[in-house]
Amino acid sequence: MLDLNSRCPDGPIETAWDRHRQSIKLVNPANKRKYTVIVVGTGLAGASASATLAELGYNVKAFTFHDSPRRAHSIAAQGGINAAKNYQNDGDSVYRLFYDTVKGGDFRSREQNVYRLAQVSVDIIDHCVAQGVPFAREYGGLLANRSFGGALVSRTFYAAGQTGQQLLLGAYSALSKEINSGKVKMHNRSELLDIVKIDGHAKGIVTRDLVTGEVTSHAADAVVLATGGYGNAFFLSTNARGCNVTATWRAYKRGAGFANPCFTQIHPTCIPVMGDHQSKLTLMSESLRNDGRVWVPKKAGDFRKARDIPENERDYYLERIYPTFGNLVPRDVASRSAKKMIDKGHSVVQGGSGVYLDFADAIKRLGKDAIAEKYGNLFDMYKQITGDNPYETAMKIYPASHYTMGGLWVDYNLMTNVPGLYAIGEANFSDHGANRLGASALMQGLADGYFVLPYTIGDYLAPQPHGFDDTSHPAFAEAEAQVKAKTDKLLSVGGKKSADHFHKKLGKLIWEECGMARTEPGLKSALERLPAIREEFWSQVSVPGSGAALNQQLEKAGRVADFLEFGEIMLRDALTRNESCGGHFREESQTPEGEALRDDENFQHGAVWEYAGEGKPSIRNEEALEFKYVLPSQRSYK
Amino acid sequence: MNITLKVWRQAGPKDAGKFETYQHDGIVEEMSFLEMLDVFNEKLLEAGTEPIAFEHDCREGICGSCGCMVNGRAHGPKDGATLCQVHMRSYKDGDTITLEPFRAKAFPILKDLVVDRSAFDSIIQAGGYISVRTGAAQDANMRPVEKAIADEAFDAATCIGCGACVASCPNGSASLFTSAKIAHLNMLPQGEPEKYKRATAMVTAMDDAMFGACSNHEECEATCPKGIGVEYISQMNKNLIWGELFEHDS
Ligand SMILES: Cc1cc2nc3c(=O)[nH]c(=O)nc-3n(C[C@H](O)[C@H](O)[C@H](O)COP(=O)(O)OP(=O)(O)OC[C@H]3O[C@@H](n4cnc5c(N)ncnc54)[C@H](O)[C@@H]3O)c2cc1C
Ligand code: FES
Repeated sequence: MLDLNSRCPDGPIETAWDRHRQSIKLVNPANKRKYTVIVVGTGLAGASASATLAELGYNVKAFTFHDSPRRAHSIAAQGGINAAKNYQNDGDSVYRLFYDTVKGGDFRSREQNVYRLAQVSVDIIDHCVAQGVPFAREYGGLLANRSFGGALVSRTFYAAGQTGQQLLLGAYSALSKEINSGKVKMHNRSELLDIVKIDGHAKGIVTRDLVTGEVTSHAADAVVLATGGYGNAFFLSTNARGCNVTATWRAYKRGAGFANPCFTQIHPTCIPVMGDHQSKLTLMSESLRNDGRVWVPKKAGDFRKARDIPENERDYYLERIYPTFGNLVPRDVASRSAKKMIDKGHSVVQGGSGVYLDFADAIKRLGKDAIAEKYGNLFDMYKQITGDNPYETAMKIYPASHYTMGGLWVDYNLMTNVPGLYAIGEANFSDHGANRLGASALMQGLADGYFVLPYTIGDYLAPQPHGFDDTSHPAFAEAEAQVKAKTDKLLSVGGKKSADHFHKKLGKLIWEECGMARTEPGLKSALERLPAIREEFWSQVSVPGSGAALNQQLEKAGRVADFLEFGEIMLRDALTRNESCGGHFREESQTPEGEALRDDENFQHGAVWEYAGEGKPSIRNEEALEFKYVLPSQRSYK
Repeated sequence: MNITLKVWRQAGPKDAGKFETYQHDGIVEEMSFLEMLDVFNEKLLEAGTEPIAFEHDCREGICGSCGCMVNGRAHGPKDGATLCQVHMRSYKDGDTITLEPFRAKAFPILKDLVVDRSAFDSIIQAGGYISVRTGAAQDANMRPVEKAIADEAFDAATCIGCGACVASCPNGSASLFTSAKIAHLNMLPQGEPEKYKRATAMVTAMDDAMFGACSNHEECEATCPKGIGVEYISQMNKNLIWGELFEHDS
């Protein structure tokens, strides 16, 4: 059994975080420089945490497998970041952001964590502006906002369609400042391959230098994982190609609980799949649903050009079914609705799947220039990929894997159940429950990194002896030996197929049986088919070259091997959770109108998977959830 | 369609490297350029040979990982696009495509088409930031910023750090990269206090990292996938001069 004490403060939620900060242990400023913290991952969460820890005086060793922190997948976030600033005076508040997020997550997240997230959201915007992040502004010089799904207020801050880029460059600049000051030692092109525990505490990591192949141990007083999500379990996703589960999976194998792996988000507006060679799917930001209208032809199998289909033969199904939220329903609802239309034969892509996202009305209403100013880069991107011009014809879109709400289990301090091991950003499971609202991942990553972890980590460090730096401990040698053995094994298979070949097979299986709709027979059959893919991988994969040099196939194969193991708990989690909630839709559990039907009596909890040893089935633990402020109700966006 | 690929193959940083020529058939128009390479690498893998190493990640033109010289042009034939945004519909049956790494003194080759661009990081570390501590900021709307200035700062900030400017410059200069970051920060009121110090420190770091000097060839602007313009370079030079005067004054 895992110790799943959330350590959430009791008492009124409005003051919980303040009281918590008062009560946690502080590290004496003179002692901070005697502690060293390892931060793995330098995306929004990791870069912001590294910079802030260093500013506070800690020594930081930061790691990324990328050639520079600026390449992290966070760079690709398009639409925006939420904050309860209420600059639009449209009735927003910390409480409303909290309420929207708990409801949007379909009552599967912790109230206290979410409330804190909403509280610090306002500080993030202040800080980023001070760093020079060039957010969009109004003519009066004040910050501009747009709306995102699942909210009836305009609270999303943005920088054209490149918000993630600008926020990451901000965090990267803060990190660079601390590298320059000597407080952060940056290790680029270094991949974490194991976590080292000593007397039950996380005290270091083992990495492989991706240029020289050297396997090295690094010791520290605490370890923070900020390694992003596992959306690439589906192979095709909007995630960057390098995104992977390796770091969190290795942490899991060292005893950290993995929470809600089946909570994955399928984003409704991506460019549809266009052939077997496709290597990734491109997101068209949710912000487009501010002005774009989603529709399909009323008649199934109608493949006339969009402009040739008259108004009265179109079904604007989101506006029809959800008149209150219309095109701005949350992602899970929008994705499932698209799937339903396709299943009924209303696809607009011949031989494939897609629905229309149409800007004709918005262009008529606001003019082409206004639309270009808001979405120009997205329209250009769409045209580059498809050859179609969205100013002239409706976009074709379809849902794709995008984000993972599941991740390492963490308590209120963002510490996993392994003392001294923390998880922040998309790598943890903390704030989004069963469905994340748009523009809330950037908010969470930066909240964790700038404003939460740098303080809560003191609570762990203060009573610990400082300056742990002993990589001669046998635990390091053991971990290094395991890493080398795995590398050698991959190099010696001598098969004929690429790692991608198996990744695609896995992705197809997961997409079909554990994607937008899941059933008991489907999940059971997937669980039966998965081991065969794994075995085939280990007998057929081709990894030429050497382990002592830059070897991209070796990197890829190692990551795929972990995904092949991870797939198992994803499927088992989906199978055990015999209810629908948020992005997890079990066909057996739906309302008469076909909406997700929760089963609060049996599933109002986080499911936390515990490693039981090689070849043994993982153990499912539960963390019960309590709702005192936002009472669980059937989510309705009608 | 069928194409001939002429690719720079280099086993490691110390290897001499040479061009290899391959035939690649069965390419379809909808494939992206990088997917074309993926498919070719699968063939090499099936034959048990090492695939062509090339960098990529987001595959949508924002991370700055991808890029090499394609028939002598950084990122290939399309204006305003990174290599991952090029599709095979830009080519026709029978074409020959020559692939070479970004070459510059400051970008050592690591393998095949992969180069080490960490010299860019060192320039940012020298001063590409506003020195503000987490938690020290005032309310974001306390200081309005004129929309035109905010928009221009954003344009300068859209650089993806791919290195095409350096690879295209006959001198291997990083002036476009460096000046765009200086412009982004120096234009904003928040960046004002460190304006001159920033420009001097970043330019010094650029010189230390073995990048060449700018002699106004403007090849950088012509190949920048984000359309960043050389006007930032003259702004940077002005900042430097003012910085020097300022220093002597005080
Ligand atoms: C196309 C797209 C658009 C999006 N748009 C939005 C949006 O508009 N608004 C929003 O709120 N959210 C958006 N998201 C989600 C959001 O971008 C991500 O959830 C968030 O950026 C994740 O940040 P992170 O710091 O947790 O991880 P990442 O940015 O993924 O960083 C992970 C880091 O970990 C490193 N790493 C991983 N594994 C290892 C290892 N084994 N060893 C060493 N280093 C490792 C990587 O190198 C990287 O530095 C979008 C996502 C996508 C895919
Ligand atoms: S792969 Fe990211 S810019 Fe090309």
